[in-house]
Amino acid sequence: MSPRTAFAPRAVPGEAPPLLALTEESVLRALDAVIDPELDEPITDLGFVRSVRFTDDGLEVHLRLPTSFCAPNFAYLMASDAKDVLTALPEAGHVVVELDDHHDSAIINGGLAADAGYLGTFRHEAESDLDELRATFQRKAHTAAMERALTALLRARADIQEQDVASVVLGDLPDDAAKEALLRRRATLGLSVDDHDPVLVDDRGAPYPAASAALALRRARSTRISIDGNAHFCRGLLATRYPGSEADQVPRAEENFFPVSSLIRTTRRSVA
Amino acid sequence: MYTKDGEKFFIVDAHVALWDARPENQRNIHGKQFIDCFYDYHANLSPAEQKWPYEEYLYQGGERFMRDVFADDIVDHAIFQPAALTEFYKNGFGQTEEAWALTQAHPDKLTYNHNFDPRYGEAGLDQLRADAERFNLKGVKLYTAEWHGESRGWKLDDPWAYRYFELCRELGITNIHVHKGPTIRPLDRDAFDVADIDHVATDFTDLNFVVEHVGLPRLEDFCWIATQEPNVHGGLAVAMPFIHTRPRYFAQIIGELIYWIGEDRIQFSSDYALWTPKWLIEAFVDFQIPEDMTEYAPITMDQKRKILGLNAAKMYDIPVPAELQLPDANETETGPREPERADLAAV
Repeated sequence: MSPRTAFAPRAVPGEAPPLLALTEESVLRALDAVIDPELDEPITDLGFVRSVRFTDDGLEVHLRLPTSFCAPNFAYLMASDAKDVLTALPEAGHVVVELDDHHDSAIINGGLAADAGYLGTFRHEAESDLDELRATFQRKAHTAAMERALTALLRARADIQEQDVASVVLGDLPDDAAKEALLRRRATLGLSVDDHDPVLVDDRGAPYPAASAALALRRARSTRISIDGNAHFCRGLLATRYPGSEADQVPRAEENFFPVSSLIRTTRRSVA
Repeated sequence: MYTKDGEKFFIVDAHVALWDARPENQRNIHGKQFIDCFYDYHANLSPAEQKWPYEEYLYQGGERFMRDVFADDIVDHAIFQPAALTEFYKNGFGQTEEAWALTQAHPDKLTYNHNFDPRYGEAGLDQLRADAERFNLKGVKLYTAEWHGESRGWKLDDPWAYRYFELCRELGITNIHVHKGPTIRPLDRDAFDVADIDHVATDFTDLNFVVEHVGLPRLEDFCWIATQEPNVHGGLAVAMPFIHTRPRYFAQIIGELIYWIGEDRIQFSSDYALWTPKWLIEAFVDFQIPEDMTEYAPITMDQKRKILGLNAAKMYDIPVPAELQLPDANETETGPREPERADLAAV
């Protein structure tokens, strides 16, 4: 028995346990926990949840993606994560999750219905599991969050120069959403979240020497630009593919998308 | 040639296609899904007046192709980069015979690149020899997400792929255009992973690897690899139309590319018939990095000239009028370019 069901009303022997009523809203809030690993955003914000329907014995959720050819491994990850979070709801009953209109819809939906797991779903195309794939994108998400926090700090604090970036510690960051996002992603990677620890670190938490800090930040910026750019493109494509779906999307903060400008205090060199 | 305010530009569209995605050529649902995906790209990223009806998008034919690609004589030369997609289309997606006939009719305007798939093994090597002779190949277009029987993708560093690159070297096929699409085997890894480019570029330093759509959606991985490998180039297919829908994102793409790989290794492409070249060229000549993006230096006219045509012309030995030629930038072969020009690195 899971801890969650321990708090459910006690069932009378011989009778079905009384169910708490799920609403579409509560289902969507549960699905907030499912993240598109590539875009580092909840599938609900991206408009990937197409429909929520209550059936006689449970719940049926349909997902949609921006193209038929979105990477099938990510498609599977999101769909199976969605099934997991919904199945964990004690009131959910029989959960069906289906991915619509994808080139691998039949394979993925069949695998989900049978609870076949990743290996059972993709068979000869799968080797072990998707843990490393997930970890790759958790590292990218951390890199991007680190760049956002540092760029915002550089913008706000004229006393901090580029060459000082290596010595900025978590305690120097203002307590805002950017810092919170960074701490969350550090925790996911198992990195320390202590105020005395440097912000600019690699995927294993190792700091950079001052001499290479600017390049490290620059490289982190290319990661952030890439993720933000993809997130915008995927949103746009979804709206093109499913007219009206833009109403289900929560806009990605422009601040995240666009740098930066004010970052720099040196004079721009003119180019002939 | 394109002229604007007295500035002249020699234009090479380095990635065009003559495709047939009409229902009668679709082998299965995936043929429809594939062209629908392209159409959504087109519809999402095109200015309203450049948007085509779906029916027109399925097939253009040679006559319309010539009219669209060479509209107003702006484009001087275009290079076919055909995708086979034989699992999706009965007669393939790229129309080999029609494109080759056009190339023969307009040898000064068109270059035909063909494709290969290493999963055809020995038979494919023989075919590549025959194709090289027939089409006088200087380049090939490789689509690593091509389906083939039970396999739905291959990697550039697969042992069989190496056999093909060795043959390319022998046959003088020096320009390897790579389209990294989704789905590689195993599915455990990132489907858009570009690490195989790194391996193959290191092992075949005498071949040029032009990574189409500059590695998108893995721009950052592409930049990091390309900055270290002097024979890796970036093709702007699919990246170009962001100039209209998301000009600031486009500015970031160009800014990152010029910083990491430099002005001599970026090639313009319209990706026709995804988009037509004319409006993209006009927009690019008028384009400037927004002033508030001080982390990038402004883009110069000469950098635009190189990107719009001179870089591809050099790779393909396409003759360029003497007055329009430019020397290579005096820059490092690897590592970030002129970092002092970008204020961020001005520490």
